[in-house]
Amino acid sequence: MTTVLRPSSVERDISRSRGLQMYSQMLQIRAFEEKVNELYTRAIMPGLAHLYIGQEAVAVGVCQALRRDDYITSTHRGHGHCLAKGAKPDRMFAELLGKETGYCKGRGGSMHIADPASGNLGANAIVAGSAGIATGAAFSAKWRQTDGVAVCFFGEGALGQGVLYEVMNLAQLWTLPVIYVCENNLYNEYTHYSETTAGDILARPAAFGMRGEQVDGQDAVAVFTATTTLVARAREGRGPGFLLCHTYRYRGHHVGDINRTFYRSKEEEQEWVTQHDPIARFAAWLSEAGFATPADLERIGARVSAEIDAAVESALDAPYPDAADVARYAYA
Amino acid sequence: MSHGTPMRETTTRTLTYAEAIREALAEEMRRDARVIILGEDVAEAGTPFKVLAGLAAEFGTERVIDTPISEAGFTGLAVGAAMTGMRPVVDIMFGDFLTLTMDQVVNQAAKVHYMSGGALRVPMVLRTTLGAARRSAAQHSQSLHAWFGHVPGLKVALPSTPYDAKGLLKSAVRDDNPVVFFEDKMMYKLAGPVPDEDYLIPLGVADVKLTGLDITIVATSGMVQTALEAAGLLDEIGISAEVIDPRTTSPLDRDTLIESVKKTTRAIVVDEGHECYGVTAEIAAVIAEGAFYHLDAPVKRLGAMDVPVPFSPVLEDATVPTARMVVDLARSLCGKT
Repeated sequence: MTTVLRPSSVERDISRSRGLQMYSQMLQIRAFEEKVNELYTRAIMPGLAHLYIGQEAVAVGVCQALRRDDYITSTHRGHGHCLAKGAKPDRMFAELLGKETGYCKGRGGSMHIADPASGNLGANAIVAGSAGIATGAAFSAKWRQTDGVAVCFFGEGALGQGVLYEVMNLAQLWTLPVIYVCENNLYNEYTHYSETTAGDILARPAAFGMRGEQVDGQDAVAVFTATTTLVARAREGRGPGFLLCHTYRYRGHHVGDINRTFYRSKEEEQEWVTQHDPIARFAAWLSEAGFATPADLERIGARVSAEIDAAVESALDAPYPDAADVARYAYA
Repeated sequence: MSHGTPMRETTTRTLTYAEAIREALAEEMRRDARVIILGEDVAEAGTPFKVLAGLAAEFGTERVIDTPISEAGFTGLAVGAAMTGMRPVVDIMFGDFLTLTMDQVVNQAAKVHYMSGGALRVPMVLRTTLGAARRSAAQHSQSLHAWFGHVPGLKVALPSTPYDAKGLLKSAVRDDNPVVFFEDKMMYKLAGPVPDEDYLIPLGVADVKLTGLDITIVATSGMVQTALEAAGLLDEIGISAEVIDPRTTSPLDRDTLIESVKKTTRAIVVDEGHECYGVTAEIAAVIAEGAFYHLDAPVKRLGAMDVPVPFSPVLEDATVPTARMVVDLARSLCGKT
């Protein structure tokens, strides 16, 4: 069941316009997260946030293979998934700042951004907490014959949760159009996954008879290609898939996790940042494909940067919810 | 006016509690194609209690769906289905198995609407059971409904008659919130009048099952039958008891409870959950706060004993409130010992 896809064989699947859009999205995610870190450091943002920096190719590669009306569920490290699926940075910043104009009207915050209009059924602060929801959305899509699919993003930490295996069993049993995307960024919070995870990760989907694949999660082309294949199968009614993406979070578990040497070395971090950066890699791919000149990439960078700055400004200016409305939305 | 018995001009039939539940589901499934049933042995088996017998034959196994023994998995799946346009009714065979669904119910279903600022809804029903006295021991006999009343975002219904069971369940299926629906498995064979015509009972409206003057007995689920039996015995010794069934503990119809006790000046609360931190404590507090200056005696509580439900019949029977216990307590409160 397990295959390793070679990205070079399918480069034709990415057109110039898609390629530029993917680049733009990856830059947008990184700029968004850098700004989140700044808001936290300056004590402007309440609470915490879990930055997606380093993993951008996974969210973008997967979501580019989806339609707008396909579903995703996300995780506590979810900003990248939301942006890649189509959420707007201004309303996301507003949510992170607890503003009424945020996606959840300030009721959810960083770990709960949901945007049904773009198919995002919500980030989830329980590890593997959205596995049931994503599988249920796929069940619903199949039952209602919409030909939609659902993607369940989760980190390798979720491999420790039983509910994931319960719904994988259901998905395979009922041929549901769901793709389980496991982002292995190597660390369950502050613990290397090898200390928590027995056996082979892809043996898990294999045990259910589920199609499982793995890709270099720093390679947006490979992620996109593998996802496209799994999504096409699911949409045709050929069942669920499991995509293991090898990746790395550059920063701490959350914005306050600064001193990390007790669980990983600075050398390791530097190697990923300098040797395996998904944005640098994709920029090189765009250049080699003749899709963009250095000046094109610079222009995109400037546009994204200006967009993020404007989004933060608008969110900072936005109103807070009225405290008298605190009970609103407890019940529909 | 009592909601507990059908109005006189309608024609009624006698249905059991189980039949009333089955009829409610069948009617809602005919009315709305988005309503489906998920659970263990719900289809051809119709559940171990046969509550759903015949539904798979009418609606097919695409809508009455047998699941693996994965309570967390299929409850979570139902949450996602509910968020995306379906109206699942999940069958949790024994209330004790709700423990396996807690993350899906408490962290997911209950909070999705709020956390999304109203953007998403979870219109689903979890049907399950409560009640001891079937000699089923500690993991098949619990009454855990109090837990769910503690979670904002959930509604909790626990009908005590076939009429209420049908009307409340139809409302639960149509509600846009997750509703946990507790059925007393000792009452599945209880028969009672159910109108021929379509009707709904709103969630959050208590029912005065018996009007009285001297003492209010607030009782839930199967304990309503116990309270009515006690009221009959009390009547024989000249104590007029009013029996009130909240029908839903969330939302709780506080006004009806408080108004009754203002009139009778005494109250006992009877519920089959454990007494500690339970439904009896909450309702007693509501009465104490709302009717304090009218009370002639402290509000008393009768819940299940705070021990795991035992197997041996002589032990199990000692843990559940009985009509005799209600009568004795009422007599002492009314000064007629």
